[in-house]
Amino acid sequence: MYRPERRSEAPNSKPSAFSAASMAATAAITTTSSPSLVDTLFQRSLDDVIRALRSSPSSASEETVISRALDEIRREIRSPDLDTKSVSLQKLTYLASLHHLDLSWAAFHALELLPSPSLPHARIGYLAASLSFHPSSTELLPLATHQLRKHFAPSPANPPALAASALHLLALASSPDLGRHLASDLLPLLSSQSAASSSLRAKAVATALRTLAVCPDVAPVLFKPLVDCLSSSDPRTVSAAVGAFCELALAAPDPFPYLPLAPEFYRLLVDSRNNWVLIKVLKIFARLAPLEPRLASRILDPICQLLRRSHAKSLVFECIRTILSSLTDHEEAVRLAVDKVKEFLSSDDDPNLRYLGLRALSMLGSAHPWVVEESKEAVIKSLSDPDTNIRIESLHLIVGMLCESNVVEICNLLNKYAMKSDPEFANEIIGAMLVTCGKNLYELILDFDWYVALLGEMVRNPHCAKGEEIERQLVDIGLRVRDARPELVRVARDLLIDPALLGNPFLFRVLSASAWVSGEYVEFSRNPVELVEALLQPRINLLPSLIRAVYIQSVFKVMSFCFISFIEQIQAVELLSVGGSTQRSEKNGEQSDTVPLKTTESNVSEGDHGDTTADTVLLLDLIDKKTNFTRESISDLMNLIETAVAPLSECEEVEVQERARNVLGLLFTLRETQFWNIEAAHELKSDKELSEIIELLEAAFSEELGPVSANAQKRVSVPEGLNLNANLSDLSKILTDYDLTPSASISFSLQSYNPQETKEDSVLAVEPSSLLAEHRKRHGLYYLSTHRDGDELNDYPRANEPLLPVDHGDATEDLVKLTTPSLVPRKSKPTKPRPVVIRLDEGDGTSTSHLTTVKKSDNLLSEAIRGVLLENESQPSLSGKLDTSSKRRENDASDNSELISQQTESVTLEHGNSSSRKSRQHRTHKERNESHFKNEDIEKSSRHSIKSSRQHRRHKHRQRGDVTADIVPQTPAIQDFLL
Amino acid sequence: MLGGQLISVLRREIVEEGDEKGVNSMGIRFVLLVNKQGQTRLAQYYAEHLTLDERRALEGEIVRKCLARTEQQCSFVEHRNYKIVYRRYASLFFLVGVDNDENELAILEFIHLFVETMDRHFGNVCELDIMFHLEKAHFMLEEMVMNGCIVETSKSNILAPIQLMEKAS
Repeated sequence: MYRPERRSEAPNSKPSAFSAASMAATAAITTTSSPSLVDTLFQRSLDDVIRALRSSPSSASEETVISRALDEIRREIRSPDLDTKSVSLQKLTYLASLHHLDLSWAAFHALELLPSPSLPHARIGYLAASLSFHPSSTELLPLATHQLRKHFAPSPANPPALAASALHLLALASSPDLGRHLASDLLPLLSSQSAASSSLRAKAVATALRTLAVCPDVAPVLFKPLVDCLSSSDPRTVSAAVGAFCELALAAPDPFPYLPLAPEFYRLLVDSRNNWVLIKVLKIFARLAPLEPRLASRILDPICQLLRRSHAKSLVFECIRTILSSLTDHEEAVRLAVDKVKEFLSSDDDPNLRYLGLRALSMLGSAHPWVVEESKEAVIKSLSDPDTNIRIESLHLIVGMLCESNVVEICNLLNKYAMKSDPEFANEIIGAMLVTCGKNLYELILDFDWYVALLGEMVRNPHCAKGEEIERQLVDIGLRVRDARPELVRVARDLLIDPALLGNPFLFRVLSASAWVSGEYVEFSRNPVELVEALLQPRINLLPSLIRAVYIQSVFKVMSFCFISFIEQIQAVELLSVGGSTQRSEKNGEQSDTVPLKTTESNVSEGDHGDTTADTVLLLDLIDKKTNFTRESISDLMNLIETAVAPLSECEEVEVQERARNVLGLLFTLRETQFWNIEAAHELKSDKELSEIIELLEAAFSEELGPVSANAQKRVSVPEGLNLNANLSDLSKILTDYDLTPSASISFSLQSYNPQETKEDSVLAVEPSSLLAEHRKRHGLYYLSTHRDGDELNDYPRANEPLLPVDHGDATEDLVKLTTPSLVPRKSKPTKPRPVVIRLDEGDGTSTSHLTTVKKSDNLLSEAIRGVLLENESQPSLSGKLDTSSKRRENDASDNSELISQQTESVTLEHGNSSSRKSRQHRTHKERNESHFKNEDIEKSSRHSIKSSRQHRRHKHRQRGDVTADIVPQTPAIQDFLL
Repeated sequence: MLGGQLISVLRREIVEEGDEKGVNSMGIRFVLLVNKQGQTRLAQYYAEHLTLDERRALEGEIVRKCLARTEQQCSFVEHRNYKIVYRRYASLFFLVGVDNDENELAILEFIHLFVETMDRHFGNVCELDIMFHLEKAHFMLEEMVMNGCIVETSKSNILAPIQLMEKAS
């Protein structure tokens, strides 16, 4: 089937030429193994396979071509003939590389080809190996050690191409063992001076970098030659060495050990004309400059010159990046860099430069707000760029400039802009606003009414998919910001009555939050009946069952609120009508007997002792607020609830069913009482059943929910005599006393409902709430204050209309508007004080943007390099001792640390200062925050301080060893350079 | 203003994330050549070992992201924890994955150099040249990039060993 003539069609194709040439030889030697002979004779070349693949019309037939080729390869690759083997490996490599096939099974065959005297064979072997070998998956790697060593050795038998392939393989598939064994073999390559091997030298440098990375123990061997490469006369070697040091310095958690090399880098910065080298050198300096202020002022001038003169945009950008990230203290340089950034931003034909310009601005951060202010127009124009990446960068810049004084204007405009953007970007905008405004417990927000309204508007965006975060913030603001609740309830109502929102599944969570907010803070609602209608509209069937359960629970709360209000109203009317002082004493007694229903009510009873007219005004006000409750409206409400909820009591979803039955249970209980006939408060009092129900309802929802700290549980001390680990086996004995027959729990059906039962329940239910009050009295520390000042709410003007009219005008029109507000924070007096945002300890919901993570201990590699810099003179012998050298170095360092004089000690302290300051700061911060919890915290903070001081000591100890290690060689180097 | 702080914190996080990987950090993470249909034409990963499934997923994601972009959009795309610098030449996309602090413009120049080198060798290089001479394309790349570092930027130096080998065979 595979006609040999086909090969003649492609005479240039090397592999087929090989197989043809080798045919005779193979036939002569291996006449016995006939299958492989056939394979050899009729082997398809790589080109044949590629042609077959290309001519296959569909992916299915491609699959069959591949699987057939694989079958062939599996047969051919076992051939003892190297030509056959190499061609089949070549085919396999091609298929594996481009069609994602497994190559690992052929690892041994690749290794087999490495020692071949024929260069093409060996290179095919190396290519297959370098594409598939990795220490984590290739067990055969140690088998390659010897062959690699042979190819590294400088000998005429090794052409540079072979050594290059060997280096490439080592660089890609280095395991610690391989690196350790071959490190010394890299040395001749690294130090050879001949021009012929200069390309190999550069490659050896890159490979040495990799070896250092996987196996830090070899640093004593390899580091010195790498440093020497920096001053080589061969530009390629220098370039590779700079690249290597750039990677080392960038990867090191602490680049301090590379500081002594600064003079070398400085020389390159001034002398080199190679942009690749300059870019790498600039990267190194960007890392080193913050460590040494003198270094920063020294490199400033050459960098600025490069910035002015260079025409290569890549180099210019690197200069900008270096200045804006590491040299921000030097105003003049920043000025220059910003001018260049502006050039970038204004290049209309090159989106790359515009993108990088925005990136550069965001690098500068908040230290120089004037920079973004100056380029404001370009930044805002980018918001409508055709490229999403550019738009996102500009969005982040704008959001990054938000502050208390401009947050309202900019967010309003951004939100309008989001309305007109494509879905993806609209969500980017919304997400960015949510993150920024919600940061650190809404620290940017002064006007919560506005913010809550903004959240409501975000939801109106048809593309909005950030429901989860909006849900979280709505509930969170409800819990934390008391003053925002009226507006919150208003926004929630608007969302609930909007049938359009039920169509967007991303917003279900927002609706759930709205339902919860309206139920929880229903006392701020203007029209509870309307709310119930919204909560029970037929389309809520579209919602998932858990959210419907929240809806029904809210109906429960609203209903009980309406009922209680109605009763209150009766009482108030009576108070008003009785009015005169003769009745007062009786009335007072009455009042104190009845449960104070709402805080407003208790205000009334207090005010009662004062002026009668003031009294009347208050009462009138009270009645005015709740005039909507007549007997009829309550009755209508109940009918409405009954018709809507009754079908749900048969609902298949248990959560919904259970809550629906709760609602109906309450409803029927209320109906059975005779409250319809009650005309006056004294009758109310006489109806014991009714007053108990009211009491019960009150107890159920009067306790205000608040945010709970994540650490709250830990702070509750275990009462004396309570053994938390005690066996609970006698619990069942106690439980039997209550006679919990299963029927009692199951018979929660409407038919068997018995009001008597609730009465008993009510006693039980009140008990926990009184226990809670008791607990609250004892452990008041742990509770949020319940003091509420509802009267202040009214002098809080509403910031916005619920729905800002969305004008569908030109997008640019809005953007122009966006340019008017300044992005720079202005000092403006807030017109009203920021409402209280409840904040718990530091673990509470903060974005932890300020928490500095403790730096990881320096990695092995930089320790090893410190060691090398310390032992400049005493070069360790190259082989044999490598395994123990790292340990020995540590000992040396600690020996040295015992010898340090007072002078170095002081340097040590200075160096370690930053960390100690950090930990101290951290501690005071913590103490301040937890001052309410002093008693418990004494123990905790002392433990903390012990721990931190221990950590600190350990840290310092290590620092001492390290720093002395650095100081010895470093001091002269730095001085030479800087003076 | 404080948002600026956030951005700088985010940047710091990116750097710290790189630090966690620590010693594996390097300039170029991978070089991919993909045609308009999204078929891989060359793939070389540096020190980042991915399983076959991971590779397939990664290449699929990148191709989806980059091929959908237009000429008016910039050549840089952020993906996972690195940046992709890409450039389109006729029907071929050259995609290079780099660390976040790598110089994007320099990588664009590198891509251009790679294309020019192949162009010089093959003469008006096209997708088919790379398909049928994948090995050579790999050798050129091998000469240019070692362990993710660019070690050679002279076209004649890059091509010298390949020409030598062709002469020998």
